Amino acid sequence: MYGALWRILPGPVWVRIILLLILIAAAVFALFTWVFPWVDGIVNPINVTVE
Amino acid sequence: MLGELLLTAGVLILLFLGWQLWWNDAIMAGQQSTAASDLSAEWLEEARATSGDAPAPAPADYGDPIVGPASYPNGESFAVMYVPRFGEGSQRRVAEGTGLDVLNSEYLGVGHYPGTQMPGQVGNFAIASHRSAYGGGMHEIEQLQLGDAIYIQTRDGWYTYRFRDFEYVTPDTVGVLAPVPHHPDLQPTDRLITLTTCNPLYSTAERLIAYGVLESWQPSAAGPPAEIAADVATWGS
Repeated sequence: MYGALWRILPGPVWVRIILLLILIAAAVFALFTWVFPWVDGIVNPINVTVE
Repeated sequence: MLGELLLTAGVLILLFLGWQLWWNDAIMAGQQSTAASDLSAEWLEEARATSGDAPAPAPADYGDPIVGPASYPNGESFAVMYVPRFGEGSQRRVAEGTGLDVLNSEYLGVGHYPGTQMPGQVGNFAIASHRSAYGGGMHEIEQLQLGDAIYIQTRDGWYTYRFRDFEYVTPDTVGVLAPVPHHPDLQPTDRLITLTTCNPLYSTAERLIAYGVLESWQPSAAGPPAEIAADVATWGS
């Protein structure tokens, strides 16, 4: 699947690398801003209390 | 194809852990610290407004500490905790209740066990906070040394506790919350503070308990204790 992505990207190798870095940055931003806070509410909570 | 999916899943999980333990932790620590500074400044301002600018000449001893209400509504912040050993920016609001709504809150962070005593009261003022992630209000707890100060500020004044000892217990050891820890049948005579958090770091298998004993108290009108007056002055700036 990453091979297909590489072939879809236009331009010479250095342009593709820059485009790839932009895509990765966008993906990380989306994960940090929306996905991870959402996942955090679902996974097991970290307990620190005695009960 | 399958290999790429598995690799992607692995990278996502590592990214999530990085987000939870460092990125989000650092952001929430900053937010909680700022919220605590604001509350502290509000109470100091209140005290200045009622008592005037010039503090009364300090007596050697302010007598028995004022003890606030026996309980608060869940989630209400009624104190600010500051432990110089935890480092700059470690001040946190203390709110009633130890649910995730308090401990994982972006402006609270430290929770008071309902039913345990209040700051300055004879018995046990027991609080909990995260050690890693969610702002880690007790991240540096294992660095406490005998006699280290644990400051609790309320609307009424400043309570100075001195760290006494650690205890490592299983998560079901509620005896640490008793007015006399582990002896629920005894009448308390000391004014204790009990910090509870998870242990070891990045695990929840055990609980690390830190006990402190009240050393002194001074009313809000007297301002913050001299040892931390310089620190407090930088809060919110």
